[in-house]
Amino acid sequence: MDSHALDAIIARYDVPDGRLLGILSEVQEQEGYIPHDVLVMLSEKLGVRLSRLYSLVTFYSFFSLQPVGEHMITVCMGTACHVKGAEMVLSALGKHLGIETGMAQDGKFAVTTEDNKFTVTIARCFGACSMAPVLSVDGNLYGYATPENLPAILAEFGWREHES
Amino acid sequence: MRVEAEADLKALQATGLKKLKPDKPRIAVGLATCGAAVGGRKVYDRLREAIAREGAEIDLVQTGCIGYCREEPLVNITLPGKSLVILRKVTEADADAIVRAVLNGKVPEDKALCRVPAWDHVTGFVMEYGKGFDAIPLYQDVPFFAPQRKVILRNAGFIDPEDIGEYFAVGGYAAAWKALHGMEPEAIIAEVEKSGLRGRGGAGFPTGLKWRITRDAPGGAEKYLVCNADEGDPGAYMNRNEMESDPHMLIEGMIIGAFAMGLRHGLIYIRSEYPLAIERLGRAIGQAREYGILGENIMGTGLSFDIRIARGAGAFVCGESTALVASIEGRTGRPHPRPPRLTDPEGGLFGKPTDLNNVETWCNVPAIVANGSGWYAGIGAKGNTGTKVFSLVGKVDRVGLVEVSLGTPIRTIVFDAGNGGANGKKVKAVQTGGPSGGCIPLRLFDMPVDYESLNKAGSIMGSGGIVVMDEDTDMVDIARYFTGFATGESCGKCVPCREGLKHTLLLINRIQAGKASKKDLATLQEVCETIAATSLCGLGQTAPNPVLTTLAYFREEYEAKVRP
Ligand SMILES: Cc1cc2nc3c(=O)[nH]c(=O)nc-3n(C[C@H](O)[C@H](O)[C@H](O)COP(=O)(O)O)c2cc1C
Ligand code: FES
Repeated sequence: MDSHALDAIIARYDVPDGRLLGILSEVQEQEGYIPHDVLVMLSEKLGVRLSRLYSLVTFYSFFSLQPVGEHMITVCMGTACHVKGAEMVLSALGKHLGIETGMAQDGKFAVTTEDNKFTVTIARCFGACSMAPVLSVDGNLYGYATPENLPAILAEFGWREHES
Repeated sequence: MRVEAEADLKALQATGLKKLKPDKPRIAVGLATCGAAVGGRKVYDRLREAIAREGAEIDLVQTGCIGYCREEPLVNITLPGKSLVILRKVTEADADAIVRAVLNGKVPEDKALCRVPAWDHVTGFVMEYGKGFDAIPLYQDVPFFAPQRKVILRNAGFIDPEDIGEYFAVGGYAAAWKALHGMEPEAIIAEVEKSGLRGRGGAGFPTGLKWRITRDAPGGAEKYLVCNADEGDPGAYMNRNEMESDPHMLIEGMIIGAFAMGLRHGLIYIRSEYPLAIERLGRAIGQAREYGILGENIMGTGLSFDIRIARGAGAFVCGESTALVASIEGRTGRPHPRPPRLTDPEGGLFGKPTDLNNVETWCNVPAIVANGSGWYAGIGAKGNTGTKVFSLVGKVDRVGLVEVSLGTPIRTIVFDAGNGGANGKKVKAVQTGGPSGGCIPLRLFDMPVDYESLNKAGSIMGSGGIVVMDEDTDMVDIARYFTGFATGESCGKCVPCREGLKHTLLLINRIQAGKASKKDLATLQEVCETIAATSLCGLGQTAPNPVLTTLAYFREEYEAKVRP
């Protein structure tokens, strides 16, 4: 993201309420994470101390400071999904992608596969609890997820069984 | 066009009705987040193709969700003069057959869930669809709907939420007109007080009283009115559906509140996990401005009020009032001790007195103004008036959104509407109120769902999540789950919550690993009671509830895992 693109975002927020989080959310959405240089730029443009921006980015789970892979998989760990077996779905996902998912209690959890194809994160509920367990890939929701139907979902995004 | 006379509103209603009940067939696909995700979007696309291919004179629109999530995707068909028919579990493959049937003046009856000859939109308009399709069950005879009473979800699943015209059609903004042109602010507050409406965000604080306190607080019109759309309880999604299916009812409620409290700045604080709700609210606000219903000189009254949207960024604690304000101001969402409350001078947003109410609280307001406080107070139980939308999820057969009068027994919700356990399993408990709530065992299911009864049982109403647990659910695991959640979401400011929850989690993990003794159960109890008594904000004060209730009602499950 260059200085120009950031100005365009900032221009959309002409009132103080919701401004900082709104700007950061748009950066997060466009880049998939909050790059350090963008944070520095933002601090200069707004005259807000870098430490303050940094504390926001680390406090709110929506933001990430790490670059993410090509596809973003978010597994819901909300209550409805939990009682319907979300943990099994997550650990099966970890196995398929060859990543460690043991620390997924933390809202800031995020792991990226070595080939940089997938990043796995968790959510606290998409509000689609009726079709629990739920996961989202690149913003599209998939309901009634099971360890068995995961491979078919992953295959839509170029994953193949033998690769891992 | 700006709404400046009552005749304008009537004209818009008439125009809207032509869309809602056209003189040609209308097919409406339920496209809230859940309907779209289970295939509704594809159904919509196939229907559009089929209609184009046949060159058929059929209106195709989207609606929100009527709440019967298990049967989604849902499709409504309206043939001129006939009952509206709701089709269930519609797939792409059904599209051609639906269009063909409609062209022949029929509906695919094998797909029919129910028929609706007339629908009461509550705010003063009853839609008469017509007769016919007698072989299809009536809406009120469908077991899932039978115990329900729709006041809040009055339009959900019937109107297109992206078209203000359809909201006008069902009597939308008539309550705001009545309030702004025909009532004194004081009279509105008195009505809300007399209705007995209590906050639907969890604590049940009397709404009218909160409005009065805000109105009387210093600061003139520069005070704030905020809608709490953070819906942080993981497992609750009624606020999402209310905003996605009927965004204008929320806006109308906020306008009435703004007039009653005499203020001009409104904000909706909404969680970023709800992109469709954000989009639809944004669109609805834009439409309302176009019609002169938001902005300057609202409905020709000289009154100004506007609403902006502020997005959350994934922090459960930001649903708490003081943290929410901090978040809107662009700070980390850490609560501070109250007082000062938001309504106090200097206590609210940017140091101005602020009224904060939940989405559903606002949605009740137009219905109260339209029908009067007496009507509203007649619904539900004494001290617990009105209806509440519950999201009935987990291991229950019929998942979905269930709106019932307050005071309805849990049993009615779980067994009559929900049909008991999924896959024939036995229901063991429900968890209400999310991470701040507790588990209620089957033997207490005759308990009425109201604020006081739930509190007495060690749980809370919360925002209305009801997660059903069955015989396979490990209640200690549930306690561990919620403790893990609260530990992760604790803002870290006060010691009891930050450290106490961590120790609670360690203790439960030891129990789960078979390494604990009976003495540890006593310690667990004590730690939890201390956290509840000494935490700074509601998060810590209520976070031990899942542990304390499972310890009380399912002690045997803990004891089976510990050494004597
Ligand atoms: C930790 C915590 C989380 C909360 N989350 C929400 C929420 O997601 N939505 C909500 O409306 N109220 C939530 N509340 C309650 C609010 O603080 C506040 O009481 C409520 O929004 C007031 O609106 P009402 O009077 O209409 O209920 C939460 C409270 C606490 C302590
Ligand atoms: S709990 Fe997973 S979508 Fe709500």
